[in-house]
Amino acid sequence: MKLTGAQILIKMIKAEGIDTIFGYPGGAVIDIYDAIEKQVGLKHILVRHEQGAVHAADGYARANQSVGVALVTSGPGATNTVTGIASAHSDSIPLVVFTGQVPTGLIGNDAFQEVDIVGITRPCTKHNYLVKSVDKLAATIKEAFHLARSGRPGPVLVDLPKDIVQTQVEFEEPSKVSLKSYKPNYTPNKKQLTKVVDLIRQAKRPVIFAGGGVILAQASGEITRLAKMAQIPVTASLMGLGAFPGSDPLWLGMLGMHGTYRANMSIGHCDLMLAVGVRFDDRVTGNIEKFAPDARIVQIDIDPTSIHKNIEVQCPIVGDCKAALKEILRLMDDQSPEAFINNRPEWLNQIAEWKSTMPLKYDQGKDIIKPQFVIEKLYELTKGEAIITTEVGQNQMWAAQYYHFDKPNHFITSGGLGVMGFGLPAAIGAKAACPDKLVVDVAGDGSIQMNIQELMTAIESKIDVKIVILNNRYLGMVRQWQELFYEKVYSSTNMENAPDFVKLAQAYGAKGLKCTRPDAVEATLAEGLNTDGTVVMEFVVDREESVYPMVPAGASITEMLLV
Amino acid sequence: MKTNRYLLSILVDDEPGVLSRIAGLFSGRGFNIDSLSVATTAEPDVSRITMVTKCEPHIIEQIKKQLHKLINVITVNDLTDKKYVQRQLALIKVNAQPEKKADILRIVDIFRCKIVDVGLSHYTIEVSGDSDKHEAIVSLLKPMGIIEIASTGSIALAREQNGKA
Ligand SMILES: Cc1ncc(C[n+]2csc(CCOP(=O)(O)OP(=O)(O)O)c2C)c(N)n1
Ligand SMILES: [Mg+2]
Repeated sequence: MKLTGAQILIKMIKAEGIDTIFGYPGGAVIDIYDAIEKQVGLKHILVRHEQGAVHAADGYARANQSVGVALVTSGPGATNTVTGIASAHSDSIPLVVFTGQVPTGLIGNDAFQEVDIVGITRPCTKHNYLVKSVDKLAATIKEAFHLARSGRPGPVLVDLPKDIVQTQVEFEEPSKVSLKSYKPNYTPNKKQLTKVVDLIRQAKRPVIFAGGGVILAQASGEITRLAKMAQIPVTASLMGLGAFPGSDPLWLGMLGMHGTYRANMSIGHCDLMLAVGVRFDDRVTGNIEKFAPDARIVQIDIDPTSIHKNIEVQCPIVGDCKAALKEILRLMDDQSPEAFINNRPEWLNQIAEWKSTMPLKYDQGKDIIKPQFVIEKLYELTKGEAIITTEVGQNQMWAAQYYHFDKPNHFITSGGLGVMGFGLPAAIGAKAACPDKLVVDVAGDGSIQMNIQELMTAIESKIDVKIVILNNRYLGMVRQWQELFYEKVYSSTNMENAPDFVKLAQAYGAKGLKCTRPDAVEATLAEGLNTDGTVVMEFVVDREESVYPMVPAGASITEMLLV
Repeated sequence: MKTNRYLLSILVDDEPGVLSRIAGLFSGRGFNIDSLSVATTAEPDVSRITMVTKCEPHIIEQIKKQLHKLINVITVNDLTDKKYVQRQLALIKVNAQPEKKADILRIVDIFRCKIVDVGLSHYTIEVSGDSDKHEAIVSLLKPMGIIEIASTGSIALAREQNGKA
């Protein structure tokens, strides 16, 4: 069967089980767009900015637990994807990004809309390719998907010169991917796992610290079983929220700079930390010298570079989190359950005390809406079952603190890179993957303006998302730092000059609601969530509310500023 | 902390961009490259990179793991604490004043170097050996007035151990 490069591309994407891609056309990919129009089975969502396409693919990948795909043209189309790719790289999200390129004969000649996107994205992709011959196209695409989703997942970019997608060749099914230089190690070392079981048995004050790796490995069931079986309290990084049920009594809340008092104190006092699928980011550890000073640390990760990178661990285990936890559970099943919980009551009492003396708190008065209150009501009204995406800043932290995620893949945030403008396109991607789910973007007034154009994408493609703007008329998180550490000099963080968000929503064809009073919060949310179609809900909140607890940069995570 | 000198022998896919991936990894993560030498091997599509880097002991672990993580890197062999043969090639152009010529020739002879170019007032000497030999000869020739040096990075292969490569 003779196919053009463009047809091969579509065929190979479909073969990966992907039904929706996100993109934006241009000269270098016009043949691919022509082929998309002439096929069925692969849906293309036209975004309004290429950054949006990549974040949408990211949201799709996470909600769907599959690979997200974006397609853009050469030059500016390609450079516009860089932020989205870098975000996915930080968060280990499997993406394949296809960029158009000038014809092979023009590469290197500074042709119109030529950029070396492979060179530009080398440090922020898991791997990338420039396809130089149509004969290698199918195999390269297959390899790209394999790399994106296997081992520690990540974004892969495939650069497609225009002549390659135009050329017709006899299509040959590529053989199974086998790379001599890439063989991720999934199987953990048995001896180390036996050691873990011993450590759990001996521990008096153990804590499980779950990260995004648990969610990627689909190991939240195993984490939950382990925690309950051995009565071990659980905390998580921002990326790990949902790995363990947020409504469970063993849940400590999030760890780190804006972690709960009891989570940070538990890490400060634990004698054993089971760190699963984490990379000890500085936002989690605070001052690394003072992080978990009394703990022996077990670290399980698929990526050997995550181990001993920021912190020395006593029991490193390289392998798939799920496989490792399964084996630990199997070894524990062979022993009497009492052996594991003997030492626990005292530790759990201590944690309960930390919880009751210092819970997350805010005071909702009669006149001004507190942002935390909006999230709490959102949690109640959605029964904790919505997929929440976020922008970046205070809005993101309040969503993390006050929406209690019971399930994995329900909290979709730009964790490692912290990209303002992530939430709306990611919500569109998540909703495209899960049409039956309610998807809500928790946004800040600053962030939402970074990719507001994607409202048009949602409206046009009838992908209904709900946007909750916590409007504090500030770049709030930066303002908070200025308040605490820069003598309240609010340099360039005032956002009072803003569009009328209700009218803006209406201009795009969405519904717009505005709420200024605490007693109207619930009704506004209920109306917005129950209205079909895309809805923007603006909540005018307390301008100078801050996120607490807060660990100042460089301090130990047990040295928190509290309200 | 004290820094050590490490010698890595890295097999990579012989593909465009591989060197740039490695150089980018080092610059992006603030690792040092002391010397680097790249050439093809007996196997088609495989190149060998020999690299010398100076760093603290815990950093070399990250360097090796990060190198290995690159998709185009096939193996990373740390030769530092193994038995290996190592060579580096240098051309040293040195002032050859008539009264110094005999001294220079004596040094060349002792170190089993070669004179590969002779001018009215200079010799160019070819040196092959490990880095200690290079340092020694450079320090001896310095007083004569070294005009220019061109040097390759180190190349190395593990010695055969117990009949195994
Ligand atoms: C693209 C980008 N630019 C700048 C920043 C730095 N930054 C982090 S939080 C923040 C403020 C965000 O303001 P807003 O969206 O209103 O959220 P708030 O903190 O007020 O809830 C800024 C500017 C960023 N994270 N991303
Ligand atoms: Mg704001």
